[in-house]
Amino acid sequence: MTDTGTITGVGLALSAILVALTLLISAWRRLGLERDIVVACIRAAGQLAVVGTALHLVVDDDDPLILSWLWIVVMIAFAANTTQRRVGSDVRVTGLAVGAFGAATGISIAVLFGLQVFELEGRALVPLAGMMVGNSLGATVLVCKRLVAESTEHRSEIEARLSLGLPSTTAFAPHVRRSLRQALIPQIERTKSVGIVFLPGAMVGLILAGVDASDAVLVQAAVMFLVLGSVAMTTTVMAIGVGARLFTGDHRLRMPAGTTP
Amino acid sequence: MLRDVDLELSWEGFAVIAGASGSGKTSLLRLMNRLDVPTGGTVAWNEVDVANGDPCELRRRVGYIAQHPLVFEGTALDNLRVAEPALTRPAAEHLLGRVGLGDKIDQSAATLSGGEAQRLCIARTLATAPEVILADEPTASLDGEATENIELLARRLTDTDGVRWVWVSHDPAQIRRLANTVIVMSEGTVAAVGTIDALRGVDHPAVHQALGAA
Repeated sequence: MTDTGTITGVGLALSAILVALTLLISAWRRLGLERDIVVACIRAAGQLAVVGTALHLVVDDDDPLILSWLWIVVMIAFAANTTQRRVGSDVRVTGLAVGAFGAATGISIAVLFGLQVFELEGRALVPLAGMMVGNSLGATVLVCKRLVAESTEHRSEIEARLSLGLPSTTAFAPHVRRSLRQALIPQIERTKSVGIVFLPGAMVGLILAGVDASDAVLVQAAVMFLVLGSVAMTTTVMAIGVGARLFTGDHRLRMPAGTTP
Repeated sequence: MLRDVDLELSWEGFAVIAGASGSGKTSLLRLMNRLDVPTGGTVAWNEVDVANGDPCELRRRVGYIAQHPLVFEGTALDNLRVAEPALTRPAAEHLLGRVGLGDKIDQSAATLSGGEAQRLCIARTLATAPEVILADEPTASLDGEATENIELLARRLTDTDGVRWVWVSHDPAQIRRLANTVIVMSEGTVAAVGTIDALRGVDHPAVHQALGAA
């Protein structure tokens, strides 16, 4: 290891002692996770190496900005695909997820760069968009899964509302509300506890890289607000879209795949 | 699963759909308020194909009571306002009075007994002033006394307000007590339709099972 902001290959290897400790815990408690831990760490190192190299091609000051925009488009496509895989085949969400991540990213970028909170350059654009999409992904998958689960677990309740002549959006509204709350609460809790319970990665990275702590705090606060806003936007768009996909045009609740009434 | 159903109903009071479990009673009922749609053929009310109208409007004219009393969060008044958001308190009191729950308007619906909850469900359905109420074995989860009270209430609503019912039951005694017309289902199709007296002369195992011993 050298000074605070850099790390050598030896330093990285030494930090892997903590991975060995994790393996020991898994073996000691018979968790059966040793293979997963090794694969996860090798994958993470490999992916970061590839991304690091690719980021060089995008975020250097003399790189054209179009490459950064392309990077964001690819990121959104991957996030949408991941959402579909995790939600399963009960409901098609890929296109919707592209729209949700795209809208949230677009609005957030417009606010951050339009109001000149950050200067519009690849160095800021790509990491910030990555924070937005990455942090929104978990909540987006969660809200989709919750909505599908609500539609099957509370089928009788929903059909009781439909039977009173309520349109499907109104009949499903309490379940959308509940699902959105469940998806948003973890991010709100993270926002509340930032700085007290945990120090977020962006801030730690900046401080380790030698940036003044008060500057790092300002960046982190902007990032936290950005993430909160983008999580709220993506989950809301997904909730509205998935809610609509669970019903037919004539206000009937679709049957889950592979079942009959 | 239903097949080859050809049924035309014109009735007063109670049309009871009878049949063994899995014979298609509930499936037939769900077609009537368009909670399900047929893969072929049509369902019509007053000779108008329900596929051509607004399903929400249809469901307000053709109410539905489920087998298990299903109340929503909040008070009895809150439950009625799910069906009719503009319902005034006096109108709600009147509605609850019609089902014998006049003193329960501010009580949490979750604390009602099974029989009371089912009566609240009936009041909630009445809030939309339906022409017909579809009732899917509405007493199946209730004890004897609550069943008797629900039947008395249903009869009173028919006698005083002209409410018509399509009532699903597999209880021969209840069918004999209530039915003006019986539709006997068997293996996904209609085995027989008629008054109880008329069906006595029909030699079909599903009819014998539906009506039981006289």
